Amino acid sequence: MSPPQASARLAMPVVPSDPDVRDPQLVPGQKAVIRNVDFFYDTFRALKNISLPLHDKRVTAFIGPSGCGKSTLLRILNRIYELYPGQRATGEVLVDGENILAPGLDLNLLRAKIGMVFQKPTPFPMSIYDNIAFGIRLYERLTRPELDDRIEAALRRAALWDEVKDKLRQSGLGLSGGQQQRLCIARAVAVEPEILLLDEPASALDPLSTQRIEELIAELKDDYCIAIVTHNMQQAARSSDYTAFMYLGELIEFDETERIFTHPTQKQTEDYITGRFG
Amino acid sequence: MSIYTRRRIANGVVMSLSVAATAFGLLWLVLVLWTLLENGIAAITPALFSQMTPPPGSAGGLLNAIFGSVVMTLIATLVGTPTGILAGTFLAEYSRGSRFGEVVRFINDILLSAPSIIVGLFVYELMVVRMGHFSAWAGSMALAIIVIPVVVRTTEDMLNLVPNALREAAAALGSPKWKVIVMVSYRAAIQGMVTGVMLAVARIAGETAPLLFTALNNQFWSTNLDAPMANLPVVIFQFAMSPYADWQVLAWGGALLITLTVLCLNIGARALASWSTFKQ
Repeated sequence: MSPPQASARLAMPVVPSDPDVRDPQLVPGQKAVIRNVDFFYDTFRALKNISLPLHDKRVTAFIGPSGCGKSTLLRILNRIYELYPGQRATGEVLVDGENILAPGLDLNLLRAKIGMVFQKPTPFPMSIYDNIAFGIRLYERLTRPELDDRIEAALRRAALWDEVKDKLRQSGLGLSGGQQQRLCIARAVAVEPEILLLDEPASALDPLSTQRIEELIAELKDDYCIAIVTHNMQQAARSSDYTAFMYLGELIEFDETERIFTHPTQKQTEDYITGRFG
Repeated sequence: MSIYTRRRIANGVVMSLSVAATAFGLLWLVLVLWTLLENGIAAITPALFSQMTPPPGSAGGLLNAIFGSVVMTLIATLVGTPTGILAGTFLAEYSRGSRFGEVVRFINDILLSAPSIIVGLFVYELMVVRMGHFSAWAGSMALAIIVIPVVVRTTEDMLNLVPNALREAAAALGSPKWKVIVMVSYRAAIQGMVTGVMLAVARIAGETAPLLFTALNNQFWSTNLDAPMANLPVVIFQFAMSPYADWQVLAWGGALLITLTVLCLNIGARALASWSTFKQ
């Protein structure tokens, strides 16, 4: 599925090293705009002047060799890096026009709005039901039947309902790796976020589970703005609308996925996607 | 001689030494248990659990001492557990990498290995001298001070084993930090934390020195926490040192009782710990 022409033009390649390039502005269809973002692990500068938009109801993939900063970039978007002292980000990330990197912002509310799924499945040590109820209960007071409905809906969204409907009271740790990851996706969508961050969600899974996760991403795209970090080039090509190629903390190229994979403008991008380095 | 043969011989020698050292260590444990059983089993009678400590030359049991030990251990656990868990939580969840946390951890480790007689003397000065008399309260406090560092240490260690990914996942749902700790970290670490509390209870069940200076002893039935209270370790100490044969038998019985209790607590703690690792 290729995105409409209008938004494609707005997604002009951004070459951060070129000072003449204007910042991308927030325009309709763009859920978030990352603007001149730098990131530091203590004194190490892990991201260098990153700017790009994230389009609503589209999937943006981040690719690049290990250590290029793509996961770091994702972790800025819900400020999860702030759990650790010594990590900090500068610049701006506008979500619906509001700078989420501004000091004083309520991080809990931000994270309720921007969901995240991690590389390794992280089911909580509680029942399947409670795993999903945990997030919902944080911000909503629901009656039992309402909660039951929400949990069923979330599990259906994550294509897990049929497999677990008879054992909702059993521990989430008893599920297989692929099921656990879908449980985590269900948990993330159950709180009805606006943006979904997927940090290599399928890299620890077998091909069949990977396929299910990709199908899921294709479905979820209708409702969310999705950012996905992946090591798997085919996965990026298959499931994303836009692709950002990063290398050594810099954004080398950002464009429609189709164009990145067929006519990349940068030599490094071409080398990477054709497997010549990385 | 080839390298391989030399290596095999070296392996055999070190292996034999290791086995011998293990056997040497275990030998004493077995001897202690055997001596206790041999001398103490005769004293394990219904009277032991139903009668008070007797004057020399008459029949009796250890009921008041058992009661005193249970009560003081219970109070010490009730005081020491929440304190220890909260402090351990602070160290593991709030002060990671901070200077202050390191200082607290260091001091706690010192407290952990402090001789219990020092703790007894401390509480003697702090409570017994000021109150003017020995009391079960003072005994409980002395035991609580021994419980705290054990619980702090195990709580911190167990929380450190909880993968950060789990905390991140909970925080990423918009959960405030205290909820991440209570709902996720504690749940993941609960078996280990309970194990730590059980080990602390096992430790104080046999402590004599701190009680000698605080709760002292009481020959009669007493439930008054503001008065001296009988307890197994001090009764064993007193009876075992006495020249009276019937007192000595009761001391053996008490010693066996404490040992079995501590053994059961340790086995229980182990079982709990292995059950939790099995589950994950």
